[in-house]
Amino acid sequence: MSQEVDQGRRQLLVLATSLTGAVGVGFAATPFLASWKPSARAKALGAPIEIDIGKLEPGAMLKVEWRGKPVWVVRRTPEMLKQLDQATPFLLDPNSQASVQPDYAKNEARARRPEYFVVLGVCTHLGCSPLPKFEPADVTVAADWPGGFYCPCHGSKFDLSGRVFKGVPAPANLAVPPYAFLSDTRIVVGSDSAQSA
Amino acid sequence: MGTDSHGTTQGGGLWGWITARFPIESMLKEHLTEYWTPKNFNTWYAFGVLSGVVLMIQLVTGIFLTMNYKPSSAEAFGSVEYIMRDVDWGWLIRYLHSTGASAFFVVVYLHMFRALMYGSYRSPRELVWIFGMLIYLCLMAEAFMGYLLPWGNMSYWGAQVIVSLFGTFPVIGDALVEWIRGDFYISDITLNRFFALHVAALPLVLVFLAIAHILALHNVGSLNPDGIEIHDEEDERGIPKDGIAFHPYFTVKDTFVLGVFLLIFCGIVFFAPTFNGLFLEAPNFEPANMMQTPPHIAPVWYFTPFYAMLRAVPSFLGTQVWGVLVMFAAIVLLFFLPWLDQSPVKSVRYKGWITKFALATFAVTMVVLGVCGMKPAVGIYPTLARVFTVLYFAFFVLMPWYSRIDRVKPVPRRVTYHAH
Repeated sequence: MSQEVDQGRRQLLVLATSLTGAVGVGFAATPFLASWKPSARAKALGAPIEIDIGKLEPGAMLKVEWRGKPVWVVRRTPEMLKQLDQATPFLLDPNSQASVQPDYAKNEARARRPEYFVVLGVCTHLGCSPLPKFEPADVTVAADWPGGFYCPCHGSKFDLSGRVFKGVPAPANLAVPPYAFLSDTRIVVGSDSAQSA
Repeated sequence: MGTDSHGTTQGGGLWGWITARFPIESMLKEHLTEYWTPKNFNTWYAFGVLSGVVLMIQLVTGIFLTMNYKPSSAEAFGSVEYIMRDVDWGWLIRYLHSTGASAFFVVVYLHMFRALMYGSYRSPRELVWIFGMLIYLCLMAEAFMGYLLPWGNMSYWGAQVIVSLFGTFPVIGDALVEWIRGDFYISDITLNRFFALHVAALPLVLVFLAIAHILALHNVGSLNPDGIEIHDEEDERGIPKDGIAFHPYFTVKDTFVLGVFLLIFCGIVFFAPTFNGLFLEAPNFEPANMMQTPPHIAPVWYFTPFYAMLRAVPSFLGTQVWGVLVMFAAIVLLFFLPWLDQSPVKSVRYKGWITKFALATFAVTMVVLGVCGMKPAVGIYPTLARVFTVLYFAFFVLMPWYSRIDRVKPVPRRVTYHAH
């Protein structure tokens, strides 16, 4: 076997084998990488939930866990809704341009129906759960406090629509999850449509 | 690979920097591009590489299973069903691992049989053989412990039987069994420690032993089907005349063999993962039930030859320990093979009819004992198991005698090789 090496043939064979091998590696890697996606159980546990708001008093807030996070439903009084205008000069993003919410929550009330405020109770700074401070001029926050939420971890402030104040660590308004009214007393959180979970 | 005062090198860029600090180039030469491999290797020689590949498959699939498996007696069985049904592609990862376990033994048994045929265990390769036998022992322990993890009914009762074997030892037996179990019965405690050993301890040992096995081999060079030492005939550069570089010749050839292996392997994984109850056994699809033994207990197929030997030996003097000792002796005897074989030639190709007959009988013996081990101990099977256990031991015990008296053929100086 002392003939000259056919370099062209050799290059072609090496290239073809390498390409086939690379495709094979891609196919083989896929199931392993895909197995990291949320499993059927995780998806089931993270499915939309129904919340009964029939017993929620005006001015009160209820908390429900969804996907490991607190979902708040605040039944805002007409006075609380009026306070939203007073908060505007303090706000970083009053029109919710840079925050997470469905289209129907891209308004001043950040809600489908202004009376019920549905929001994720997770501070957009580093993830603590802010405290409700609905009373205006609440001295534990500030003398000119218009009412809203206060995060105890690093002092971020949000108004009664979860909109973030200027000059605080949090960069964005509180996130509003997708939700829908199944009836006047029941909402589903985690889905935009009124088809129940 | 000189260095100047700044620590940079003359060899090109990054590669030169690395090779000035790490022996990667000399390693590549010593083990691949200048590892002179006999050119008359046949397909029997591919099973070593395939063993390494299956080891990789088991490591990767095992790690991914561990991401979702729960090692507690309350959750283990359910977590396996969760993997099978709820985790994306979990069923595939599980079947790859269960098929891989059986594939490991198929490949390793064929690899060992190659050694028996061609005398790969003979001097100067005794240590390669011993490392290999240690790998085999670890592999059996690894498979046994892995089998408990799904916490199925066969898992539980199979473990119960095998752990109880240790109870047959006089004086220390009961304490030993309690120590192994960590409890008065095979419990959550036993499961958790078998998990730790199966997932962390033994894989590490297996990897180190595999590396030692290959280093020991490369230190003396590979044997070949003719059983002659290719380094006895070297050219003026010190390269064996019958040797060719492992890379690229055998890396390419092994890639082809790997393709064939993967074809068969994937065929089983996708179309017959239970392999008719041989790879995944029916009783194991039910959770462990400490009140109800499966009607028919047998270990997984790869242990059945030794299980047959264990059951073949009757009770003497009120103890079953003899069967246990016979079973252990069967494996211990294998360690001594390099010294039992006294033939002047290494490969069966140049040995006489006695050795050929003995080797063929040995292969048949392993198969027959395997079948006996799978069957209930009724009918002809107990007798068959006894006869073939005797034959198994005869293969080794009589070898110093028949290997010396067997007529041998003259061994060539150069390997028999036909270009194709």
